[in-house]
Parts: sequence; structure tokens; C-alpha cells
Amino acid sequence: MSIDRQGGAKQLAGIVLFVLLVASIPLATDSGVILNFVMMALYAALLAQAWNILGGFGGQFSFGHALFFGTGAYLQAIAQLHGGLNAWLALLLAVAGSAGVGVLVGALSFRYGLKGSYFALVTLAFAEVFRILALSVPFTGAGVGLMLPLRESFANMQFGSRKGYVYLVLALVTAALLVTWWLKHSRFGAYLQAVRDNEDAARAIGVSPFGVKLGAIALSGGFMGAGGAFYVQVFQYIDPGIAYGPGTSIEALVAAIVGGMGTVWGPVLGALVLHGLSDLTRNLFGQLPGINMVIYGVVLVLIVMFLPRGIAGLGATAQSLWYRLWQRRGGRCG
Amino acid sequence: MFDFSILFPSLLNGLTTGAVYALIALGLTLIYGVLHIINFAHGAALMVALYAVYLLKERFGIDPYLALPLVVPGMFVLGYALQRLVINRASHGKDENILLVTLGLSIILENAALLAFKSDTRTIDTAYTLTTIAIGPAMIALPKLVAFAGALVVSGLLLWIVGKTDLGRAIRAVAKEKHGAKLMGIDVDHVYAMSFGIGLACLGAAACFLLPAYYVNPQVGSGFVLVAFTVVVLGGMGSFGGALLGGLLIGVVESLGGLYLGESLGQIGIFVIFIAVLLFRPQGLFGAKA
Repeated sequence: MSIDRQGGAKQLAGIVLFVLLVASIPLATDSGVILNFVMMALYAALLAQAWNILGGFGGQFSFGHALFFGTGAYLQAIAQLHGGLNAWLALLLAVAGSAGVGVLVGALSFRYGLKGSYFALVTLAFAEVFRILALSVPFTGAGVGLMLPLRESFANMQFGSRKGYVYLVLALVTAALLVTWWLKHSRFGAYLQAVRDNEDAARAIGVSPFGVKLGAIALSGGFMGAGGAFYVQVFQYIDPGIAYGPGTSIEALVAAIVGGMGTVWGPVLGALVLHGLSDLTRNLFGQLPGINMVIYGVVLVLIVMFLPRGIAGLGATAQSLWYRLWQRRGGRCG
Repeated sequence: MFDFSILFPSLLNGLTTGAVYALIALGLTLIYGVLHIINFAHGAALMVALYAVYLLKERFGIDPYLALPLVVPGMFVLGYALQRLVINRASHGKDENILLVTLGLSIILENAALLAFKSDTRTIDTAYTLTTIAIGPAMIALPKLVAFAGALVVSGLLLWIVGKTDLGRAIRAVAKEKHGAKLMGIDVDHVYAMSFGIGLACLGAAACFLLPAYYVNPQVGSGFVLVAFTVVVLGGMGSFGGALLGGLLIGVVESLGGLYLGESLGQIGIFVIFIAVLLFRPQGLFGAKA
């Protein structure tokens, strides 16, 4: 796998452009509807990008990413409620803690060579264990959940308008984009993709699959935990079902796969498309329980059937077609 | 604490639940053994079967046990069609794709049920729902005993189909060596679909036996799916005897865990076993295949 420097600079410019573009939206509009859509789409992109680091770049399909989401969310809430910690410090703790859980689960699963379906099942089981634990122990508020008191101020990471949250989640998404960009253009990223494509071959040339996968699950878990912490700051409430239930795991995975695994922009695209789709159906059919998820499921099946490389893959196909066409024309002229 | 009069009913209760787990897991292990795929939609398919039994009882007054000849073939057809029309086409020869497609199917089925039936938990009322029978010091609900016996009979039937019939021989041939089987003139895609159909038919039978003593809601399947995976992993992927024993064992563990640790923590026992077996003994307790 070659490290493409020129393409890297171009992609980096793309990220900067994206950030500037999105950052200008809150300056241009006060519409709550638009701001809310942007915030939720970015939040979905964050979760999808987190899943993408391990699933897309590392080829390890987790069905239980809620494990990290929930851990981040609970740490964010508990650190403030019981620890009296500042919200920003709590965010650091949430990221570190969920990355730590990632290392723990990864060390166990990868040490014993779990992959493919087995890894998917074991992550699902871990999420379920944590859900039941969160229901049973007192410091998570059990089934009642935890409520964060409303104290609007920058220091408390609680903002009066949606704009503050848009910038917060944009910062997190930017960090995730930069990490995936780094994965595309760094030695570690090349190792990770090599392990995904052929673990034995990677080991034969001296890559440690265990260490590489462990790094990936820590990064992935950390970002997922940041997503959980963000959720708590926005909605100021968390309970075991929201934290560790399968909903979040599915949302992250579907958006990443629909957009295109192992790409920088795929998860963002997937999150945007799915979120737009679910908003559209809400407008068409009203607030019907389950309809969103039915659509997620249908889109997932259709994408796997007809577009295994996701929407970003479609773009790549079109791009290479265009490039070939352009080259042919260039050849004719010369 | 280890009083026999408390322990025995709990044990018996666990065995009856375990027999149904075994039946569900047998379908799963058949699908795994032949297609080498993990059918993630297994729980959702069970939920569909449970709703079918529920609707037959509520709309047409058909007793759950008499619904067997309707629900079992119905589930078989559903399984056959799903495998042939959706799963097989989406796989592109990759296991991950099958995992994702079956996950997608389970999301669709569960949430379609949520749309159609809301999230209410529903039960049916039969003349024998509350009938209990005394076995030694234990009082056990009649539907649970019927479920126990029924699950064992259907499991036996399944073992007979796979072990003694031509279809079973074809299934085992495809499971062992699909290219060789194809060269011998076996229609592999048909055998795949038959296996998937039979796997789901097991769920149809399980649903008929379960509902009189159980309930149905759109999420009911997800509770079973991890248990069924645990049973299959415990028994050794693809092993029928293992699934049968594993099911009974998990039923007992759940029941005793609930007795000593309380309802919700008792469930953890199952997942801890699941994780531990996956990590330390992936071939299963009874599995010969490494």
C-alpha cells in the first residue's frame, strides 16, 4: 500500500473546505429546523466514522458499538453528577474511558483470534452485559437513568442555542475525519488495512495484527464514547436502553456501510443520506414508531446487494469512468 | 439455600425452557452447519412466527397446538424464499455480507412488527394456560410440559431428516464439500434454501409450543437470538447433539441464575458463558471440530 502524498494534501484541503462550509451554516441561519438537522446529521456522522475506523479500515465488524457509546455517555454524566467534574474534563474522561473499554474488549477478543461473525457476536454480547449491569448497579441510576441538570454556560458545555452544539459536534467530526485521513496516509493506517485484507500476509511481513487491531479499537471506541458524551450534553439524560441498546450500534454501522467502508467521506455521506431519508419519511408519514428503522434495514440490504462499496464507491466508479473518458479524449487530441 | 424443594422446581423449569431453546438453536445450527453463515435474523423470524400463532388464535380462534400444520410450513416457505431471493443474491460470496443482510432483515422484520402491532406485549388465553401438574414437589405449567415434549419430538424429527433421508444426505454432503456435492448433481442453491427453510420451520414449531406460556412483542426475538447463539456456540457450531444438550444446559443455568442472583443479573450468566466459550473454547463443549 503506497502512501500517496499529493492525494493526501488534496483530501486534507477537502476536509478544511467541509469544515469551513459547515461552520458557516450557523452564521447564515437562525432556523432551528436547519440547525437541528445539521447537528443530528453531524452526530450520526461521528458515530458512523467511529465505527468505520474499526469496521471499515480494520475489517472487524462490531455489532455492539453501543458498548463504547454508552460507556462514554455514562462517564460524561457520572463524572459531572457524582464527581463534580467540569464538563470538558468529563469529555476527556469519557473518551479515555471508552477507548479503555475498547482496549479491554479488543485484548480479549483479538488475543483469542476472534474474527468475522464471532467478533460481531462477542461485541453484541458485551454490549448486552453492560446494559444489564447498568440496569442493576446503583450509580447509573438503574432503570430510571441519569438526568443532567440544566445549567447553560460554555464552561458546562451547555449552550443556549443549537449553534453551540453544532460547533461542538463539528469539532468532534473534524477530529474523526482527520484520524481517518491519517489512516489513509500513515504507516499505521497501511498496517491496519493490510491486516484487514490479509492477516496472514501482513503478519508474514512483520506487522503485528494484534497490536494494530488494538490501536484501531481504542480509536474507534474513543470516538464512539465522544458521541455518547455529546448525546448526554444535548439531551441531558441517559438510561441503559439508550446507552447500551442495539439502536446506536445499528445506526453507526448502517451509515458507515451505506456511505462506504474504509473511506474518509463515506460515513459522512451515509449519515447525511440516512438522516435526510428519515426526516423525509417523518414528514411524509408522521411520527410512526419503527418506520425509520425499517428504512435503515431496507437501505442496508439494498446497498449490500447492489452497491457493496457504498455510495462513496459509486462516486469512485463514476470518477474513474470520467477519468478514463477524459484520458481518452486527451489521447486523441495529442 | 440449596433446599431440594426450591431447587427441583427451578431445575425442572429450566429444563422445559431449555428444550425450547434447543429447538430454536437446532434451526440455527443447521443453517450454520450447511451454509456456514450466522443467521442474525433468527430471533426476528421467531418473532414473526409468534405473531403468526397469535393472529391465528385471536382472529380465527385456532388453538396454538393445532396451528402447527399451518405455521411450520409457512415458516419453511418464508425461509426458502428469503434464502433464494435475498440472502443468496446479496452474499457475493462473502460471509460478512450475509451477516449484514441478515442483520438488515432482522431490523426490517422487528420494526415492521413495531409499526403493525405497536410495542405492546401480547399474550393469548387458552383453557390450559393456567393448568399445572405436580411432579414430585414441583408444580409445573402444562404448556411448559407440552413445550418440553414437543421440542424433543421435533428435534428428533429433525435429526431423522438430516440423518436418514435423501434430503438429509444431500444437506450433509453440501455441508461437508459443496463443490463435490455439486459435481454429484446436487442442486446446491436448492439445498441451501431447504436448510434455511427447515431452520425457520423449527422456529414455527417453537413458536406454537412457546406462546401458550409466553408472550410476544416486536423485541421478543432479540432476547432469544443471543441465547440461541450461546447454545449453538456452547454445543459446537453445527453440532445437533451439542445444540440439544447446550439448550437444556442454558435453560437450567438461566433458571438457577435467576433463583440465586435475581432475574436481571441471572441473565448475565448466559452472556458470560457465551463470551467465555467464544474466547476459550470456540469449538464448543461437545464440538469435535477444532
